[in-house]
Amino acid sequence: MIHLLHDFLVIVGRYAISAFAAIGRLSGFAGSALSHIVRPPLYLGLTGRQMLSIGYFSLPVVGLTALFTGSALAQQVYIASTRFNAESAVASVNVIAIVRELGPVLGGLMVAGRVSSAMAAELGTMRVTEQIDALTTLSTDPMKYLVVPRLIAAVVTLPLLVIVANTIGVFGGFVVATQRLGFNAASYLQVTVDYLEASDVISSLVKAAVFGLIIAMMGSYHGYHSRGGAQGVGRATTNAVVSAFILILLANLIITVMVFGT
Amino acid sequence: MTMPQPKARPDTDTGPAAKIRLDGVTKRFGAKTVLDGLSVAVGEGQSLVIIGGSGSGKSVTLKCILGLLRADAGHIWVDGQDVTTMSERERKTMLKRFGMLFQGAALFDSLPVWENVAFGLIQGRGVKRRDARDIAIDKLARVGLAADVGALFPAELSGGMQKRVGLARAIATEPEIIFFDEPTTGLDPIMADVINDLIVECVRDLGATTISITHDMASARKIAHTMAMIYHGRIIWSGPAAQIDQSGNDYVDQFIHGRAEGPIRMEVLKG
Repeated sequence: MIHLLHDFLVIVGRYAISAFAAIGRLSGFAGSALSHIVRPPLYLGLTGRQMLSIGYFSLPVVGLTALFTGSALAQQVYIASTRFNAESAVASVNVIAIVRELGPVLGGLMVAGRVSSAMAAELGTMRVTEQIDALTTLSTDPMKYLVVPRLIAAVVTLPLLVIVANTIGVFGGFVVATQRLGFNAASYLQVTVDYLEASDVISSLVKAAVFGLIIAMMGSYHGYHSRGGAQGVGRATTNAVVSAFILILLANLIITVMVFGT
Repeated sequence: MTMPQPKARPDTDTGPAAKIRLDGVTKRFGAKTVLDGLSVAVGEGQSLVIIGGSGSGKSVTLKCILGLLRADAGHIWVDGQDVTTMSERERKTMLKRFGMLFQGAALFDSLPVWENVAFGLIQGRGVKRRDARDIAIDKLARVGLAADVGALFPAELSGGMQKRVGLARAIATEPEIIFFDEPTTGLDPIMADVINDLIVECVRDLGATTISITHDMASARKIAHTMAMIYHGRIIWSGPAAQIDQSGNDYVDQFIHGRAEGPIRMEVLKG
């Protein structure tokens, strides 16, 4: 019995130590990366290239996600609201749900799936093929050259993507409501504009920026610390996506409670 | 098994004038001690080749000198400056005097060949791209590659060409000190000899101090002024390259003749 308890405590202790070590490593990495943002040089060309890769090339997947989600949401809200004769709520519920939650969260998750994995795979491959060591020997700080451009690009680009996602999501709801559910176009748009508040848009953009930071940080961190060849790179890619997903959902909860909880 | 003690090494231990000196360097990864009080030195303009089996600590030695890994104990002196106590900024300045050819060439996949070669000039020295490109084309010619190779990407090159581009990148900034990490591994014997010749020529032209690590004895004999053998994280023999065959050290004899039988036991499970 005592042996079993001992073994159990050893396992728990081992996991606790490795969890604290991982948090410590991540904190150190994040601190170092953020400190490099405020110290020159900044690689603007690389940052621009990353913005194109993260932002422009994510537009189709984010746009389609928002379109389908906004359309389905309008249909669902209509069906639910008919139960208590509140069909007029479709426009208001749709815009609030899209802008406050679904636009940033689904947009963030889609970009995380696309971008975190790509960053982890790219940096992980550079790590195991010694390209990151080569950067250091060529007097170039890998953190500054590889990580900072990705961080800046993701934080700047995600809010822009979410603006697009929100617009397309609301448009999807508008199309379903007016073409299928018989809503008047002008009054639907009027209700949408009336119910949308500045705090909704600001919280949406803040969430997007935070999600951008999480996406780039997880992709870079797991790739940068990748070990053990192809298998290690594969593991880094999986860990980057899973951790980005969980942290995005956690951050969304925290920001939602902080902004709308009172 | 008793570890052989290092012999006196008057030829590599060049006193205070040594360009690079490692003194009692120790490096552990968890419970595994990779470098166990390693001491070796190389004089200015000299070519030191460190030989030793896989996993003996050769690459870790180079990474400790470059500061890519932090030594747990001991000192590493480069021109009398202790690398182990340097600030990040001092280390960065020091690295401008280094060039390195990596085992797998470590070329940047996302950049064309000429930009790989010119990388240290553009990023490290602030040379304008157009000037850096001209220098890169010159260096490519120096290693026997045509100018049009500069426009290709590393994935389009053979292993031998990648090694040559890696060598061009290592010498592009005309560094005082160059490291070669397994320069001939993975190459056919003829291409390996071409790389060896290029290394000898480039180093002679630059007057650089070099440390190479290899387990290819043909390569070691060709490029070394002095040799040192590493075993279990320590230097067990060092001396002039010409004396390697008369080392009087059973470990060295076994290694240079590639014999399975001898004091070095491979950790291989036999069925």
